[in-house]
Amino acid sequence: MSPLSSLRASYWILVLPALLLLAALYAVPVLSVLWLSVTIPEPGLANYAQLFTNETIARVLVVTIRVCLISTVITLLAGYVVAYVLIHVSERQRQYLLFFVLLPFWLSVLVRSFAWLILLGRQGVVNDTLISLGMIDQPLSLIRNEFGVIVGMVHYMLPYAVLPLFAGMRGIDGRLVFAARGLGFGPVGAFWRVFFPLSLPGVVSAAVLVFVMSLGFYVTPAILGGGKTVMIAEYIAFNILENIRWELATMLASVLLITIFAILFAVSRFFDLRRMFGAAA
Amino acid sequence: MSDLRNSRWFGATLALAWLVAVYLVLPMVIVLPVSVTDQRFLSLPHHAISFKHYTALVDNPVWLSSIWRSLLVAGISTVFTVTLGTLAAIGCWRIASRSSEIVRAVLLLPMIVPSIVHALGIYRMWINLDIIDSFFGVILAHTITGIPFVVIAVSAALSNFDVKLERASRNLGATMWQTMRWVILPNIVPGIGAGAVFAFVHSWDEIVVLLFIAGRKIYLLPRAIWDGVHENIDPTIASIATILIIVTLLVMLGERWWRSRSVAVET
Repeated sequence: MSPLSSLRASYWILVLPALLLLAALYAVPVLSVLWLSVTIPEPGLANYAQLFTNETIARVLVVTIRVCLISTVITLLAGYVVAYVLIHVSERQRQYLLFFVLLPFWLSVLVRSFAWLILLGRQGVVNDTLISLGMIDQPLSLIRNEFGVIVGMVHYMLPYAVLPLFAGMRGIDGRLVFAARGLGFGPVGAFWRVFFPLSLPGVVSAAVLVFVMSLGFYVTPAILGGGKTVMIAEYIAFNILENIRWELATMLASVLLITIFAILFAVSRFFDLRRMFGAAA
Repeated sequence: MSDLRNSRWFGATLALAWLVAVYLVLPMVIVLPVSVTDQRFLSLPHHAISFKHYTALVDNPVWLSSIWRSLLVAGISTVFTVTLGTLAAIGCWRIASRSSEIVRAVLLLPMIVPSIVHALGIYRMWINLDIIDSFFGVILAHTITGIPFVVIAVSAALSNFDVKLERASRNLGATMWQTMRWVILPNIVPGIGAGAVFAFVHSWDEIVVLLFIAGRKIYLLPRAIWDGVHENIDPTIASIATILIIVTLLVMLGERWWRSRSVAVET
């Protein structure tokens, strides 16, 4: 070993404490979840067969996928508009808009879900206002259903979409849009033919980030779904905290984990994941 | 692009973006009037503004002690997380090989694995280690799951720091620890600070793992809010939520003010 590389090797001592702690007290417990899913109550894939036979589980999975897809699409559309405006307005307006985007980012997810509960509940501010204005007679059901969960999830995810979209769009050379305009495209044509294709890598990063995060979401669906709209994370927790059924909970947790890593692996074949998550952080 | 900016398309897009911004802050704005309601349930004030839900908060030892405990747990786990995360980030940055890249990816795992999945594993292991519902157990869990945030923040700071300075220091005879102390650390203080903020907020807000590994003994603020939301009648939560919103707002404004001042000093 050359002296230079042994010098570099000495830096492993800095990495070891975190790595060992993570290996012993993080990797081991997470792997044990996977292990339990194929060993209790007896070795085999019997727990996984329930994915196809158990109707409750099937319903939870369908709700999870539907809610996550809808939230991801809405989050991306809204996030794209905000990011697009962020790079086109004056510095002053950009600072205000960014502040609005980042304020919820720093606020506890519990407080945010609670705030939506106040707004959307049966006797919430929205229903109260609509009734006192005479626009409706009966309060609308805005929570304890997928609508409420999606409203809360989009609210949580938006900053995570805006930041990578904004970072991606900042890298687009504005002169290209000018050139397209000079070549005779209208503002809309220049956007769709030039700006939008160039912004697609940012859209893909944001989409993957938002969708993967939303799959394992627990707090918002649990509070705004009110036990009616149950997604996979809440159902896993329910199967440990209320209904002690480790075989079911570890199987669903493994399915969730494997799905997320499969998505990330598939995307990493086409995109540089490190840059994606670097841009989001 | 001035013609684009003036077009009605851009006008509509701008309006839409601000509508999204309103959607983002609206829930936070509405909590404030609800917290000063004169009613006994969650609603806007009907007849008068009342601060009784704030007095209820101060008079209730459960809320106060949960806040102090949360501060304590978040403070201690931040110290551990920042130490471990910073050292590891520096190590990976300096080694810069294929294996250190893999190690860095492993260090980011707690951010990628959904909380509910590691909560199950940690819950089971903490039972076996007999550290369930203990300060030690909660601090340990928050330290481990907070490491990615510090690694990302410190790595970002290091990517702007010239590795030649480190080499020069070593060539001049400084040991690894002297180089750390006098060359590397002073240059990445902002990154470490950002990592510390992330780590603190992570512990302060964490609820999913907490639901599994802490009970009546280690009753932290997120758990108190969680239970309150599920019982769902008490406007005291609106008052604690308002306080959290105002503190977040002040910290963000303070950070901007501090940053704009330090930019002004530099120029």
